[in-house]
Amino acid sequence: MKADRVVRRILFYVLISIIAMAAIIPFLWMLSTSFKAREAIHTIPIRWIPKEPSVEAYTQIFKLSNVNFVRSIFNSFYVSIMLTIIPLLTSAMAAFAFAKLEFKGKHALFSVFLFTMMLPGTITMIPNFITLKTLGLLNSYSALLLPALCNAFAIFFIRQNMMRISNIYIEAAVIDGASLYRIFWTLMLPLTKPVLFTMGLFNFMGAWNSFLWPLIVLSNRNKWTLQLGLGNMGTQFGNYQHYLMAGSLISIVPIVIVYIIAQKYVEEGLATGGLKG
Amino acid sequence: MYTGTVKQNRRAVIFFLFPAVAALVVFFLLPIGESVIMSLLDYDPLKGFSAIKFVGLENFKRLYTTKDLAIQFRHVLYYMVLYIPLVLMTSMSQALMLNKDFAGKKLYKILFYLPVISSWVAVALIWKWLLNGKYGLINNWLMIIGIQGPSWIRSQVWAMPGVVLAAVWKDTGYYALILLAALKGIDKNYYEAARIDGAGAWQRFKSITMPLISPTLFLLVIINVINGFQVFESIYIMTEGGPAGATRVPVEQIYRNAFTYYNMGYASALAWALAIVIFSVTVVQFSFQKKWVTYEG
Repeated sequence: MKADRVVRRILFYVLISIIAMAAIIPFLWMLSTSFKAREAIHTIPIRWIPKEPSVEAYTQIFKLSNVNFVRSIFNSFYVSIMLTIIPLLTSAMAAFAFAKLEFKGKHALFSVFLFTMMLPGTITMIPNFITLKTLGLLNSYSALLLPALCNAFAIFFIRQNMMRISNIYIEAAVIDGASLYRIFWTLMLPLTKPVLFTMGLFNFMGAWNSFLWPLIVLSNRNKWTLQLGLGNMGTQFGNYQHYLMAGSLISIVPIVIVYIIAQKYVEEGLATGGLKG
Repeated sequence: MYTGTVKQNRRAVIFFLFPAVAALVVFFLLPIGESVIMSLLDYDPLKGFSAIKFVGLENFKRLYTTKDLAIQFRHVLYYMVLYIPLVLMTSMSQALMLNKDFAGKKLYKILFYLPVISSWVAVALIWKWLLNGKYGLINNWLMIIGIQGPSWIRSQVWAMPGVVLAAVWKDTGYYALILLAALKGIDKNYYEAARIDGAGAWQRFKSITMPLISPTLFLLVIINVINGFQVFESIYIMTEGGPAGATRVPVEQIYRNAFTYYNMGYASALAWALAIVIFSVTVVQFSFQKKWVTYEG
């Protein structure tokens, strides 16, 4: 009976390790290729550990004439941090109004926000491009930021959390003479830290990985994010796979670090319904 | 609910709602109308306002007569037919394993989840290289067991299955996480009772697990259909719609028509055709759900 259980346990680990291998082999392949020299990538049979490891790819991708890779990394950090914090603040503000303030048409307005979650992005994409072009905001990061100020998903989840906060706190603060702005800043925001953190992570990862919208509004190479630079490298250097793999690796590392540090929050955030995939 | 003078309250409401509502109106609500109008125009933003022509339903007619729409929808349907069953199977097996308690679970979770958090651009580049006809890992492994692999992305037949492989690999962990949450919600007593009655593992899976997570599975199918119609990054980076148009899909074509050829009217018409199809399919799916989804009383 006991031996049976041990065998089962071993079988379980074998099986789950096979699945885990399937998940990481493409990453190992990326890693291996990125440390090969140009001739070594087009050699059969495949050598997982290159005979003569080379950092050629890692030095060359920073010297490309048509993709400024260093700059695109910097841009990506800048854009992602901006798109994490500012939409989070505007969503929390709206969530506060929906959770704790009374006004006419509250439910109708909230439903309109929820409706935007069902609206395919392809419908709004073209008009928004025209709007931003008319405002002269193409090739500026405002073009990424402004549409993100309306984030129904974040408003919904932050509102749910704020509704759980007892009104007694708010009433006590009002009696002490605190304004609503103060209550929002010093009471509501600190009390909803976990959900703000989860949504912030969600925004950061979304901004870091986003591709289509930046592709549409940022045509100026100096404004490109890492994903745009990488995508462009893909078409320009199709046969320099070691470049592409080195670039991919660099683009993945920051997000993996964020994930490992905040594993619980990332998984929670995605499981609660980051249904956009 | 709060309190305070009405006047102060109203000013505060406006303050807190303004940024989100302004963005809502400018970037979500007005565009719906703008997009409808644009779909009726011949509109090239490079040519200025004088070149705008009202063409009525001409753009929609063109979608039909050029067979563009039919071809693109055939491609996404093919994508979904391959992708959805595969990804549900792989994510289900991951979820079932993660639902057990074992040492090292946290590490395995991280490994399963790495593809999910990676960007589509990176994943598409990695898979394009894995699927390289001559030097790619997949074909070299196939060679070991004596199979001459296809040239995948360069083959009209195999390009779409190649994209599907990449997508299944990337998305499995994500759907596994959602399924895992559903599995955790099942009352353990059901399994105990079934075991006492002598039900085997397969019996328990079929008669307890499946019915109880069917609402989640149903939701995943809906999400997958909605997302499947809108597949973009994988196609754009891996195949660019090719070879010879074999993987042209709606969003990629909307992007190209609008921002490469500047046929914004035609692209808007395509966007509406897509939205209407997605909406109708979702409604139909919901009306059929009673047949196979079990909701707890």
